[in-house]
Amino acid sequence: MTAAVVPEKPELPHGPGTPKKNGAAGAASLRSAARNYVDRVRGGELGALPAVLGLIVLCVFFAVLRPVFLSELNFANLLTQGAGSIAIAMGLVFVLLLGEIDLSAGYASGVCAAVLAILLTDHGWPWYGAAGAAILTGTVIGLVLGLLVAKVGIPSFVVTLAAFLGFQGIVLMLLKEGTNISIRDDTILAVANNNLPPALGWVLLAVSVGAYAAIQLRRSRNRRRRGLAPAPTALLAVRIGGLAALGAIAVHLLNQERSRNVIVDSLKGVPIVVPVIGVLLVAGTFLLQRTSFGLHIYAVGGNAEAARRAGINVAAIRTSAFVICSSLAAVGGIIAASRGNSVDPNTGGSNVLLLAVGAAVIGGTSLFGGRGRIVDAVLGGMVVAVIQNGMGLMGYSSGVKYAVTGSVLLVAAGVDALSRRRAVRR
Amino acid sequence: MTTTPILRLRGIDKSFGAVQVLHDVSFDVRPGEVTALVGDNGAGKSTLVKCIGGIHPIDGGEYWFDGERVQVHSPREAAALGVEIVYQDLALCDNLDIVQNMFLGREKRRGLVLDDTTMEEMAARTLEGLSVRTVTSIRQQVSSLSGGQRQTVAIAKAVLWNSKVVVLDEPTAALGVAQTAQVLELVRRLADNGLAVVLISHNMNDVFAVSDRIAALYLGRMAAQVSTSDVTYSQVVELITSGRSGDLGLAHSNGVTA
Repeated sequence: MTAAVVPEKPELPHGPGTPKKNGAAGAASLRSAARNYVDRVRGGELGALPAVLGLIVLCVFFAVLRPVFLSELNFANLLTQGAGSIAIAMGLVFVLLLGEIDLSAGYASGVCAAVLAILLTDHGWPWYGAAGAAILTGTVIGLVLGLLVAKVGIPSFVVTLAAFLGFQGIVLMLLKEGTNISIRDDTILAVANNNLPPALGWVLLAVSVGAYAAIQLRRSRNRRRRGLAPAPTALLAVRIGGLAALGAIAVHLLNQERSRNVIVDSLKGVPIVVPVIGVLLVAGTFLLQRTSFGLHIYAVGGNAEAARRAGINVAAIRTSAFVICSSLAAVGGIIAASRGNSVDPNTGGSNVLLLAVGAAVIGGTSLFGGRGRIVDAVLGGMVVAVIQNGMGLMGYSSGVKYAVTGSVLLVAAGVDALSRRRAVRR
Repeated sequence: MTTTPILRLRGIDKSFGAVQVLHDVSFDVRPGEVTALVGDNGAGKSTLVKCIGGIHPIDGGEYWFDGERVQVHSPREAAALGVEIVYQDLALCDNLDIVQNMFLGREKRRGLVLDDTTMEEMAARTLEGLSVRTVTSIRQQVSSLSGGQRQTVAIAKAVLWNSKVVVLDEPTAALGVAQTAQVLELVRRLADNGLAVVLISHNMNDVFAVSDRIAALYLGRMAAQVSTSDVTYSQVVELITSGRSGDLGLAHSNGVTA
């Protein structure tokens, strides 16, 4: 707080107690909503804007240079390629919101994938038992990490760096010094390799858009009835219409035949991982935006002392963020195992964690805590997937791909730091 | 003596190890009045406030609230009585909006889901009751607020819970001229709404501008508690710096021999 002699903003006719009447034309309220958004962006709250712009620029760039980038086959590949690291990135958002880091999420997903593979293949467990055990393993890992950070007080960087090395070792031990366990369970394999029947894709889209519209309209009506300023109707229409349009384009493209040889194998429909990620996205967003627990995560990340004084159990919030992170890492491990048809010591290894952290940060989640949303993980994950996929199509080597992805992460972190400075300076 | 005190402290002692910080302190706070608590650095203002707020348990003496003798061992118990303290650092989360900050830790819920509408209504009503007109939207983030607006939010947060006593620790220390005037106006309005307000301040102008009564601490003892209209500026400064002024104050000017 500065002691500058700044006069307060002039008194405005619309105080908090006099909600704006919604009689104004929809266009005017839409314009004021747009102006509010511009103000927020200028104030350093960029949110998902850089990721969305980046995604558009990258897609146009690759589409112009390599038209095959826009093919339906490649579009479907893009989604399944990104899904594993998006799930891990969603978990990392919870930890990053607290201003902490989990460097072990990648190998945690590897450990969970190894548990899955061993139970499925070596012990013949049913898919739900093995998947449940894998996720439970993630939960236990998160509980241990979280307690070490929140109760013992070791910095999360050190705890998870130690776990990063330790889990690498555990994966090797579980897989008997590096053998590869293949997965033959049809259900698990279907997650990343099969598609929904085309009709079901449309049904799911209709249900999602309908539910979204119902929730938004109900909230708006509720606010109006209580005399509070509701979101402009035009803005709601744009949001709902936008979701429906984008969804319809995506489902339509994915429902096209994309098999090179239709006689051998028909390949069409929305990949099953898409609704899986969708469910995680909705559940995570609900948890963070609509519940006390989510609010307390933001509060602890914004000002832990204020949260403590408000009676929030800061240690419990910290621990549960790590639990959620490692559990989602387990889901990411299952998706990776499904996509790879097997689990080996590299599952969840090499650059998986870095790409996931990159996804969250590129999507707009702050490394300084307190700012970010679950959808950031999806947007950022798509940016990362587009770079990897597009550069692969252009024939660049892995070396160049890594270097470019690293640079994009650096730019995203730089934008985060600069926008934060801008917000603090005011 | 128009009203009876809502908060009465009698003979409060408080030591930290071998150091006795408060000696036999008596302190009255009346509803509808602003009681200024003044004293030099180290006089024990902060300790007294923390005893009132339940952060420090008292070693000896009596804590009376609303005519009943009570024991206050934690901030939660103080809050349950209706005592809210706004500390200097305000304890707001920059990344949350005004409504979220006001309800932090005590959110209204419907089942699992946050009841945003009710919280927004209650926050708006509270701010309206305080005639706060300086914020454009109660849904804006605290990071975008000025120092005076933040202070306003912190005070509104304290008032929201039907509190009876609100203690403000140096609310104007970090503010400019215009914002100081606004916060003082708000402090006055709190008392006019029937709350008992304790204002800690180093600034004599602020004290004389809004307070009804002045309590001066000197080296851990209550030198005097007087009506603001009965004393002059220089008398208060004397009470702060030497513990006595003419007939007022401690019997012995060094205050330690008693």
